[in-house]
Amino acid sequence: MQNSTSVFKLSIIGFGAVGQGVAKVVQNVPQLKVVAIADSKGVALMPDLEDVLARKRAGQPIANSDLTALDVIRTVEHDVVVEVTPTNIDDGEPGLTHVREALKNKRNVVTSNKGPLVAAFSELTHLARTQGVALRYEATVGGAMPIINLIRDTLAGARVLGIRGVLNGTCNYILTRMAEEALDYDQVLSEAQDMGIAEADPTYDVTGIDTACKVVILANAFFDRNATFADVNVTGIDRITQDALQLARQRGFVVKLIGDVQELTVSPKLIPLRHPLNVSGTLNAASILTDTAGEITVAGKGAGSIETASAILSDVLSIMRSRD
Amino acid sequence: MRISMDLELQDTPGQLIYVLTPVSDLGGNVMSVVHHHDKKTFRNTVPVSVIFDVEEHKLEELQKRLEKNGVTVVRIGKMRLRARTHILLIGHIIHTDLRHTIDEIDGTGFAEVQDLSLSMPAIDGPSSAVVTIMATGNEELKKAVEILKDIAQRKDLLVIVPIDESGISGGLSNAE
Repeated sequence: MQNSTSVFKLSIIGFGAVGQGVAKVVQNVPQLKVVAIADSKGVALMPDLEDVLARKRAGQPIANSDLTALDVIRTVEHDVVVEVTPTNIDDGEPGLTHVREALKNKRNVVTSNKGPLVAAFSELTHLARTQGVALRYEATVGGAMPIINLIRDTLAGARVLGIRGVLNGTCNYILTRMAEEALDYDQVLSEAQDMGIAEADPTYDVTGIDTACKVVILANAFFDRNATFADVNVTGIDRITQDALQLARQRGFVVKLIGDVQELTVSPKLIPLRHPLNVSGTLNAASILTDTAGEITVAGKGAGSIETASAILSDVLSIMRSRD
Repeated sequence: MRISMDLELQDTPGQLIYVLTPVSDLGGNVMSVVHHHDKKTFRNTVPVSVIFDVEEHKLEELQKRLEKNGVTVVRIGKMRLRARTHILLIGHIIHTDLRHTIDEIDGTGFAEVQDLSLSMPAIDGPSSAVVTIMATGNEELKKAVEILKDIAQRKDLLVIVPIDESGISGGLSNAE
């Protein structure tokens, strides 16, 4: 066991927007030391963070070794693997292997990657427990908006009866713009793609898949459901018309894509204008119903490089503190 | 107008005809009849609740005919629809026979479609509608919404219902 004055070492596996965000925010914490960064092309060992970030921005390779991401996870001595490769909901790879290997090698894992958790939640949480290490994933749901650690730590002792929320910023942006500017779905989608709010292939967001993954993670984390993606009844926003939103507005409602964790459903719902889940733009919001604390609603930025990195950093720091 | 009437009938078979015939003769439409056999009165009569639609100006005549038939009218109430909700529908609403959808709700006797706004941008494109349903109570409203959802699913319409404000997925039933 290390003592509290020693540095806490981490690797960053995956160096896209989120990975780069992590590299930026860890520089503010002197106790944290990044020992390796892996992108899809190779591994930078003991990287100078400013230099690696500059190279990435310039489109240059960052690798300075022959190691692979798995080599780093298995052989480089460090405390936390930050797994931030892109989400793959088909089989969770390559993230699933990264997380599994990290846990087998008794390394703590912090991830923003939904794939491994949707594919193998109970296997991974069980593995973490038996290995005596932490697996934390605040960044997988709601980006910077605290929800998992909020329930686990701050609301400890309260029984969670239900969780529901606006969990996808892309859908929320599209619905907000359609309603407020009286624009058609296709037009707002193109606009969102231009702005980088929606992917070139928007299917994952607009058909509700992303929200369903978050519902699965929360259901497994707090309702012990052992649910998978197939258990969620999913309806997306791609059939919603601008006319429908105007009609709803005249009756005092907005339409939001709502993930309901207890019901295991994702579907557009009418939300009264003054309802706490009526957040606009790319914001996320979630209401947590508990037996003792009643209903608690949080809102925050659901995506973005630095915002997601902030959630990862909070997981890393809480592991570091629990070791002290 | 929808009327709810509390009556007392003799506890012998065949009494209901004395109620239904006058209603029908005056152009009324009976929605629901409930016998309260468990609440028999000391006069040996059985309370019966009847819900029907009839034109308001015929109500007085109806009451006379019922009393002539020996039916005791205990209470006449213009039925109040207390619970209300709005539902969005998106799809080929017109092509799929809107009338039928409304009739099924109105036919329940406890709920009715009060308002419907339709927006139809192009003849071959999807239409959007907001339907306002009123019912005698929350349970009845829930049933009416389920009926609408069922029809919509068969007709491949997207149904968007309000978020349940009584709590999260019924979770409040366990909580204070």
